[in-house]
Amino acid sequence: MTLSRMPEPDRSVLDRSGTIIKELEALLGADGVISEDDGRRAFEADALTSYRQAPLAAVLPRSTEEVSKVLKYCRQNNLKVVPRGAGTSLCGGALPAADSIVLGTSRMNRVLETDFVNRTITVECGITNLAITDAVSAEGFFYAPDPSSQLACTIGGNLAMNSGGAHCLKYGVTTNNVLGVKIVLMDGEVVEIGGPYLDAEGYDFLALVIGSEGQFGIVTEAILKIVPTMPAARPVMLGFDSCEAAGQCVAAIIGSGIIPVAIEYMDKPAIEVAEAYAKAGYPLNVEALLIVEVEGFEEEIERLMRAIVDIARGYNPKVIEASTSAEHSARIWKGRKAAFGAMGRISDYYCMDGTIPLAKLPEVLARITQICAQHRLKVANVFHAGDGNLHPLILYNANDADESRRAELAGSEILKLCVAVGGCLTGEHGVGIEKRDLMEVQYSPSDLAVQMRIKSIFDPNWLLNPGKVFPLSALEAAERPAAEQAA
Amino acid sequence: MSDLQRPGADWELQFVIAGCLERRLPVEIVGSGSKRGIGRPVDGAITVTTASLRGISLYEPNELVMSARAGTPLSQIEAELAARGQMLPFEPIDLAPATGGPQGAQTIGAVFATNMSGARRIHAGAARDHLLGIKGVNGRAELFQAGGRVMKNVTGYDVARGLSGSWGTLAVMTEVTFKVIPWPETAATVIYLGLPDNLAIEVLSTAMALPVEVSGAVHLQASVAARLNHPGLRSMNKSVTALRLENFATAVAGRKQRLKEALKVYGKALELDHRETLDFWGELRRLSVMPNRETLLWRISTKPTTAPKLVAAIKRYMDVDAFYDWGGSLIWLEVPAAADAGTAEIRRVTAIHGGHATLIRAEPAVRAAVEVFQPLSPALERLTRGLKGAFDPAGILNPGRMYANL
Repeated sequence: MTLSRMPEPDRSVLDRSGTIIKELEALLGADGVISEDDGRRAFEADALTSYRQAPLAAVLPRSTEEVSKVLKYCRQNNLKVVPRGAGTSLCGGALPAADSIVLGTSRMNRVLETDFVNRTITVECGITNLAITDAVSAEGFFYAPDPSSQLACTIGGNLAMNSGGAHCLKYGVTTNNVLGVKIVLMDGEVVEIGGPYLDAEGYDFLALVIGSEGQFGIVTEAILKIVPTMPAARPVMLGFDSCEAAGQCVAAIIGSGIIPVAIEYMDKPAIEVAEAYAKAGYPLNVEALLIVEVEGFEEEIERLMRAIVDIARGYNPKVIEASTSAEHSARIWKGRKAAFGAMGRISDYYCMDGTIPLAKLPEVLARITQICAQHRLKVANVFHAGDGNLHPLILYNANDADESRRAELAGSEILKLCVAVGGCLTGEHGVGIEKRDLMEVQYSPSDLAVQMRIKSIFDPNWLLNPGKVFPLSALEAAERPAAEQAA
Repeated sequence: MSDLQRPGADWELQFVIAGCLERRLPVEIVGSGSKRGIGRPVDGAITVTTASLRGISLYEPNELVMSARAGTPLSQIEAELAARGQMLPFEPIDLAPATGGPQGAQTIGAVFATNMSGARRIHAGAARDHLLGIKGVNGRAELFQAGGRVMKNVTGYDVARGLSGSWGTLAVMTEVTFKVIPWPETAATVIYLGLPDNLAIEVLSTAMALPVEVSGAVHLQASVAARLNHPGLRSMNKSVTALRLENFATAVAGRKQRLKEALKVYGKALELDHRETLDFWGELRRLSVMPNRETLLWRISTKPTTAPKLVAAIKRYMDVDAFYDWGGSLIWLEVPAAADAGTAEIRRVTAIHGGHATLIRAEPAVRAAVEVFQPLSPALERLTRGLKGAFDPAGILNPGRMYANL
């Protein structure tokens, strides 16, 4: 691929690497620092594997105090730091720079406190998303945001990217489910924002920290909201002749006053691949498949299912299959949940993440097909229809340089299209390095300047997660006036 | 009265702010001005109102999204939404009746700029949770936008949400885009009478832990309940602990039974029907149980289980009347007038129990003299100064509104 360029590594840092590693070992002990080649290579990429770069070293602190020591040392020595949870980022959010220290949070994975009466849980940042729900499920609660990678991804990564998931149509994304964080700034200062109460005092720093892609500080602890689990949930599967009909059906369901827990959409190529792999019983004679899930008590689910099916009938569905049992529900979900993995078995794919206004769905899907055809590529669409968050999967051969380049070009055209119809570049994966150079498509120079100034408050020397989120050209332009002022 | 500017377009606002920036003139930012009596008084050379930036620019009921110019009256927004069977999820409160401002006048921009949410916040989230995007002018006279109009958006930092609750001290919003939800088919309220604070909070917490989606959970001490309009509840001379359910009719009926079953040890429940439910929660939305008078009004955020202890601790120093909202995690506390507004005791008790307190109602001289908003930790204060500097380096927007010297 024609990769986005990372900033040039600082030679003077690379030359000092031996000393730096010794000094980090003095802070954390030898087992807290990974510096040998094989070990460093384990950190060279996240789930956006087309980008690879081993860091100078990786550190694995065990506590907030150790994180503070490392950051303070790095700030004093002008070293870049790349935070890393489980490395499941799809946008290169955890991609190291050659002259950076990766700070891995895997050793900080404890539940610190569960408070069922006040409905909160306090965790360390390296805990996995699913482990949070596991810690509270016996008492009838769950932690709502559920990214597909929830078995592996950490809450620290979720906070950095403001992650969503299939259920956020009803329950919101990460930022709607966090009450407080403990964050270590680059100078080693530990700051507590919010607490086990609603609406933190003063400016909304939680809003700014969540979704800051690891560029403001390292969150070491978080206080999260937990929610009572509804007694049951069941999906209904609706197959349509056209994506227009499916899109209109989604709008009609939402317009009717029903907010399902999830509305997932798959197009024909995605249905075929998922069905071949998962044998979920998906219809192969439809152009678009919706999986609409509702939850509640049994009698409520029946009533909601009936209402949804009634609405769907207005759009000439070819298939209506309502789940009748837990096994049936599991089978319906199996194909959707396996879709990305199934796709990965037949081809490399490039997963996009733009969001669009729902009304633009038919137009955008048609254009996506055209764009990919122009680049001689196939595309399958799997996405969260309720909130317009698209995940076109562009299929390509990663060993073919030309095809890889075309996939990236098609991807960037699709994202520009999302912005042009009133949407955005990324709904839940984040900007990272992948979409960095497209930021100017969505934002004006003053919009970007507003964001970059906030970064400078938290990390004046821009050492945290460098080379991400903002186009390098915007950074250089922003630095120029500052340099002129200083001169 | 300072010079009043009513820009009618974004560029006009930008022009006004640029002029003030050049002359380093402090600007008071208002919508309708209904919240002028809250927060620290601003001594502005110029007052800029968003009142002429008006109108709904986008409404897609099927996508649950609306955009409106910041100066659009909330009443107009809610009327448009109601015509399509929709509403604002966070049930914004109107502080005017409690603070002496004009009732029903507030603008949609001010709702987000102050992040004031009502009872449904406990279930649906706060105003800030539903803010998707903004356009505005900062203290550098830059016109900028943040966020957008789609439900899921992590493109860049979450600046729009970051501006909610900043009381016009960082930027003047010119347009806001937000999420809306459908009106529930019906609503009902289950009420327990005469519970002491600690038992009442136990009721609220038990209810909130059930999978029945309680959308309002409040406790009014007897003295506060006596100010309700509802003739039955007003005349009981008992505290009122109320839980609201909103859903389609059969779901409300079923959930109500489950709720009452789980709470039967707390006594016999009263019920309010749909109409009475709308009236009861409507009163709370206008905070009419805390009417404007000589007494002071505090707003304290804490853990539900801590709330009754916190109120009892303050009661050792002064007379208090408490209205607990948000399942107990928000306390509206009425205390006697005092030169320091009871700040020393209230801040000390809040610090011991955890949480934060804001002085909502007091004479301007008192609000100018004491810390109205929760004092910040040194680290947060440093970040706060940094953020103010990033948006408004000359300190011209609503100077001193939240914190003295900022």
